[in-house]
Amino acid sequence: MTEETLSVKSLTGVEMTLPIAGPGTRSYGFLTDWLIRLLGALIWLLVASLLRLAPGIAGRPVAHTVWVAGIVLALITYFLYQPVAEILTKGCTPGLRTAEARIVTLEGMTPGIGALVIRNVFRLIDCLPVFYVVGLVTCMLTPRRVRLGDIVAGTVMVRTDAGAGAGLDRLAAQARRTRLPVEALALVHDLLERWSMLEEAQRIRLARAVLTKLDAGFAACDTDLDGPALRARLEGLLEG
Amino acid sequence: MRANGDSAAAIWVREHACEWQALAADSAAAAQRSRATVEEAVRTLRAYRILLRHLATVRELMPGGVLAGILERTCAQLHAAVNRPPRLTRARWASLFRDDIPAAAASVRVLTLWLAALLVASALAGWWLINTYPQLVSLIASPRMIDGVEHGHLWTYQILSIAPPAMLSARIVENNVMVVLAAFCFGILFGLGAFYIVAFNGLNIGGLLAFTHQHGLGLQLLKFTLAHGFVELSVICLAAAAGTALGESVIRPRCATRAESLRRRAAELAPLLLACALLLLGSGLIEGFISPHPAITIPERLAIGLGYWTVMLLWLSGRLRIRRTRARSAQMRPAESRQ
Repeated sequence: MTEETLSVKSLTGVEMTLPIAGPGTRSYGFLTDWLIRLLGALIWLLVASLLRLAPGIAGRPVAHTVWVAGIVLALITYFLYQPVAEILTKGCTPGLRTAEARIVTLEGMTPGIGALVIRNVFRLIDCLPVFYVVGLVTCMLTPRRVRLGDIVAGTVMVRTDAGAGAGLDRLAAQARRTRLPVEALALVHDLLERWSMLEEAQRIRLARAVLTKLDAGFAACDTDLDGPALRARLEGLLEG
Repeated sequence: MRANGDSAAAIWVREHACEWQALAADSAAAAQRSRATVEEAVRTLRAYRILLRHLATVRELMPGGVLAGILERTCAQLHAAVNRPPRLTRARWASLFRDDIPAAAASVRVLTLWLAALLVASALAGWWLINTYPQLVSLIASPRMIDGVEHGHLWTYQILSIAPPAMLSARIVENNVMVVLAAFCFGILFGLGAFYIVAFNGLNIGGLLAFTHQHGLGLQLLKFTLAHGFVELSVICLAAAAGTALGESVIRPRCATRAESLRRRAAELAPLLLACALLLLGSGLIEGFISPHPAITIPERLAIGLGYWTVMLLWLSGRLRIRRTRARSAQMRPAESRQ
């Protein structure tokens, strides 16, 4: 039985729920980070191979040293990117940011360096036998969708909403401007937030239903209005 | 501004909308910020408290609504920003090295001794095995290594003649760190993984010593390993003991659940991994620069190896800290007497 959310208690005792990231979000974040570190490692190798062929170095013993140094730097970049990025970004690496996820403790807090190091050390087991099979299977079987490293470190990956602050700002501004009742405002706001996720036919049907109820000047029989026009009309409602 | 048909809840929302706009800007900035001034931190805490209070009210007035969802997400963002572990200051680093690492080492002292005994026993077994059945050496050594020894050359010097010492050190450290991390991680399998890694390494060491001894190169191999071997092998035992302790926390949990017990033990033992990595860095440098140097004599190697090992023991047993504390308390005394 998997849990969809992580319940955490705030400092004042108010409970909050954080949506837990599933294997898909995790894989997306990991693959993005993997591409970044692979690119970093390849850049080192490219620089080393170009230096090796440079005049004054090519054909001399130092060329071998340059090549070995390139390999060592590429390996360091490849193997240390993940822990270093997690520590520097406090559990929100560029890959995870792209996937709109972050690592938090079981209490919803930012994890410490110790926990981040431990969860990365246990990649040794999670990546076995190939392609993170152990990690993926553990992730699918555990209630909080965590891999072994997360279990040991006491961390969870949750989905984040980077635009939460902006969303609150927008809603508050609309609440101040519009003449709509607040419940209706919330409804219109919700519809506009989900606009891009809905199918064309669905959003037109919903927009018509909402506008019929809230907009006195909207004629339900007016079938000429298309998606963008309906959206503009809804936004007009919010602007008052 | 009040719209027609507004309920008490709606009026409350409109009254607070202006405040939320200001708080939203604060919360967005707090989430992005990596360091904050005292003023910024106080402002973030204030925003966190106010938004939580409003979240509780909105849940009461308009349960399951969009506003509650947005407020909750903003609060969650602020929760992570407010509950950040403190930065690692110099005092924290000092406490990590003086208190946490010796404490973690002390908690696995008995296990470390047992694993050291296992290493010695498996090394003896390896020696006996290769001495009795020399053909089995192909199980622990590559054909190139066997060929080299049979022609009177140690493989260690073959590697060293190819790679420069700095690169060699880096590769040695990388390899050793992987062994230590594996010993730690695989200990989670009820300690069996750590036992396997220690026993396997012991068998290898004993077997290779026996093999080189048969070809008159035993002393040369010992000479090579004297300067770095003490610490390297001790660190493997230490990491394996930490891994076994992890396994033990699953078998015999000290907390309400096995997962919680494992988590607590891992957090206690994490500083030990840092100590192991640093010690391996030192032994890697010795192995890359000192061990292959033909001019360094056996007594000098022994002195380096035992000296480094003694420093390790003093550090891990907390003796280095006691000395420093005494020195500090000696400095404190005259000041106290003046008061």
